[in-house]
Amino acid sequence: MSRPTVTDQALIESDITAFLDRQREKELLRFITCGSVDDGKSTLIGRLLYDSRQIFEDQMAALEADSKSVGTQGEKIDFALLVDGLSAEREQGITIDVAYRFFATDKRKFIVADTPGHEQYTRNMVTGASTADLAVLLVDARKGVLTQTRRHSYLAHLVGIRRFVLAVNKMDLVDFDRDAFLSIVADYRAFAERLGIEDWQAIPVSGLGGDNIACRSDNTPWYDGPSLIEHLENVPLDAQGEEAKPLRMPVQWVNRPNQDFRGFSGQIASGAVKPGDAVRVVPSGRTSRIERIVTMDGDLDEAVAGQSVTLTFADEIDCSRGDVIAAADAPPEAADQFEATLVWMADEPLLPGRGYWLKLGTQTVTARMQPPKHQVNVNTLDKLASKTLSLNEIGVTEIATDRDLVFEPYHDEAGGPSNRVMGGFILIDKLTNATVAAGMIHFALRRAQNIHPQALDIDRQTRAIQMGQRPAVLWFTGLSGAGKSTIANLVEKKLVARGRHTFLLDGDNVRHGLNKDLGFTDADRIENIRRIGEVAKLMTEAGLIVLTAFISPFRAERQLVRDMLDDGTFIEIFVDTPLDVAERRDVKGLYAKARAGKIKNFTGIDSPYEPPLEPDVQIDTTRLSADQAADAVVDALVRRLED
Amino acid sequence: MAHLTHLQRLEAESIHILRETVAETERPVMLYSIGKDSAVMLHLARKAFHPGPLPFPLLHVDTTWKFRDMYALRDKVGAEDGTELLVYRNPEAEAKGINPFDHGPLHTDMWKTEGLKQALDKYKFDAAFGGARRDEEKSRAKERIFSFRSASHRWDPKQQRPELWSLYNVRRSNGETMRVFPLSNWTELDIWQYIMSEGIEIVPLYTAAKRPTVERDGLILMVDDDRFKLADGEQVVERSVRFRTLGCYPLSGAVESEADTIEKVVQEMLLTATSERQGRIIDRDAGAGSMEKKKQEGYF
Repeated sequence: MSRPTVTDQALIESDITAFLDRQREKELLRFITCGSVDDGKSTLIGRLLYDSRQIFEDQMAALEADSKSVGTQGEKIDFALLVDGLSAEREQGITIDVAYRFFATDKRKFIVADTPGHEQYTRNMVTGASTADLAVLLVDARKGVLTQTRRHSYLAHLVGIRRFVLAVNKMDLVDFDRDAFLSIVADYRAFAERLGIEDWQAIPVSGLGGDNIACRSDNTPWYDGPSLIEHLENVPLDAQGEEAKPLRMPVQWVNRPNQDFRGFSGQIASGAVKPGDAVRVVPSGRTSRIERIVTMDGDLDEAVAGQSVTLTFADEIDCSRGDVIAAADAPPEAADQFEATLVWMADEPLLPGRGYWLKLGTQTVTARMQPPKHQVNVNTLDKLASKTLSLNEIGVTEIATDRDLVFEPYHDEAGGPSNRVMGGFILIDKLTNATVAAGMIHFALRRAQNIHPQALDIDRQTRAIQMGQRPAVLWFTGLSGAGKSTIANLVEKKLVARGRHTFLLDGDNVRHGLNKDLGFTDADRIENIRRIGEVAKLMTEAGLIVLTAFISPFRAERQLVRDMLDDGTFIEIFVDTPLDVAERRDVKGLYAKARAGKIKNFTGIDSPYEPPLEPDVQIDTTRLSADQAADAVVDALVRRLED
Repeated sequence: MAHLTHLQRLEAESIHILRETVAETERPVMLYSIGKDSAVMLHLARKAFHPGPLPFPLLHVDTTWKFRDMYALRDKVGAEDGTELLVYRNPEAEAKGINPFDHGPLHTDMWKTEGLKQALDKYKFDAAFGGARRDEEKSRAKERIFSFRSASHRWDPKQQRPELWSLYNVRRSNGETMRVFPLSNWTELDIWQYIMSEGIEIVPLYTAAKRPTVERDGLILMVDDDRFKLADGEQVVERSVRFRTLGCYPLSGAVESEADTIEKVVQEMLLTATSERQGRIIDRDAGAGSMEKKKQEGYF
């Protein structure tokens, strides 16, 4: 058995040019290691780095010194210290995040995602697995297949990894006992079958002693399979399957340096492309042929999945960031309602109905989730009923987007590699900008596919011109009793006096009709505002200036309405009345009831009000009369819409 | 059909990252340090936006103490068509005459760390490309490709966003900025191979030549100009040396070497096995965790 790196070493000394030529031909395999705390994961990775000579002398000296001072292996070298990076984790003795390591052998280069085994860090494991071709599952030979092993297998499989290594570690501590190994393998087989994991290789190893890591060990004469490195060098790569699929290239950027050149830049997600190929731009459906594949090294005759290129078309057709260039005869679907699996990654739980940014490929849209159909217990794989998803929870939900999304199901029905680019997405909180979830699309919902937007001959511009005004939404927000309705009424009168066409939406005409089925829980408040936003949007399309007077306590919901409308249409007016003033006025006697506990979820008392951070107009009602306030709003509107 | 080699995959990934940043930010900039990693990053950027010009300027945060060969290459690169080069020097450091001989760690802090913050604030850049790699140092292994900094430029290792697939969340609040590392997944060997196969011009100091040197505190330093004051008993000696990393010349340790081509440099690197940052004084300032601390303070 050859130690892979030794031949490299000889070649470096004798013929560096030949060595470098061979390096150039190497392939890349990305894998993830997962295991529970104390399975010896960091030690195993440290060993892989060490055995493939990725550790330099100065690091080795530091390692020997560190092993003595903070190591856990007595006088021996503690390989885990090579891998544990941030000082906080070194002090705690645990890995707390995803770290990426690099090593190479004769045949391949490897990128290892090292992820922690702690229960609360599902998010890190899913992150590390999302770019991996293979997962190495570590099992302690003394403990066997644990709940964590099952969880890690499930998560890796969920993210689309189809190749697994079951590394039964610490074989030295069970005297390299064959039966111990076989019984673990039998345990795992039962589980793998249930999950649908077909391609897996069990290897008995010792990270500490290096057995069956680089080369086969004399301690396990009963084992005739490959060493870990041999296996990693020979396992097939996913990239091979990507090239066999139809062409998909999400457009990242339109390259237009001058009038004579217009190219579409992106990384090919699947398939291959040649000049002359018929292509279709999705979702518009327009077709053309590829004219050139432009790179700085000259035009290419062909480009394949994984390459970043710039394409030009034979015809001048519309195409921009977010569109997907696809094989003309096999385009992907576009839809606005989906079923998907979500992995929740934020401390703040999923709020069904709230708008989040959804980014898939180069498309970013607003998405709203239904309450989960079910949540998955990652330890038992049982489906549980759930109204939301919290940090590290996984569930299946229906998603509606505000416009069509070009996609493919994440998991390939034909058993090919997962459609990571066209089927994987992230959700982003609109206020904090945090990445709150990862998602994988199952399929489009029928009703979404069948509804095609009706192109209207009379558009909003026609109506606006007919009315002689630019539509707008004057959105009054503030505490109960702040004076929103009073001021909005005055504003409407002043606008009508100026010949404007207006409509006022407030509690009286909405809560008692359109929204009478809604209560005052957070979820109902969101739905209330969403409906008002949609109605306001329709009215702006009809050419009207819409005034709304609702508490609308959450920033995210006001942002949701702003995002529904064309830029500059939404004008946020903060009727700023301090709580004590509003409560003192208590026109409707509601504060008294809320204080007495007779009204639940009352804004300002037991439900929060999030004031606008940058309102378009701010009215201090302790300084202005209602009439002065109305004039200020009209002035602001005139300034914005008529200058 | 030929499969992509690891270098082709790395190149395609870096180009994807560069384009994604330009598509989703308003004022990106590329930090150009004149080193070999910067040279590769710049080359990738030209590829990403070919045939158009670079859609962002290059920024060199200068300390006035770089090697003369570095300034020569910088000015050559800056004069190329379709390239806008900005040079920023911290005026306070300049006024106080901060230098590596008299001011120790303060030199790096004022010229580089403070200088970078000032430059980003002055030009209101919202994203800055840097050439750092995950294989350089342990705390870098966990750095994201898109690394977020607060309005005061601080890095919080616990507040970084998860990066799934090739999907990058580039959204920022006012004042927040991003450092973007397109070379995250490259190793030192990848960089050298790419320089060779693409014929990328680098500062000649990376290959060995006879150079005037002084040995000080266990490091071989190059006497690059007459600002280098000799201490008692020190003598300038001609040695055949090269540099593994380039920074301010009084802070960059040379290695004695006869490797006068890049192939030989790579051969030496693979055989002698000393990791890259070893020649840099900065990592040793505070022992383990020093680079991490510097990053939290805003060092690149």
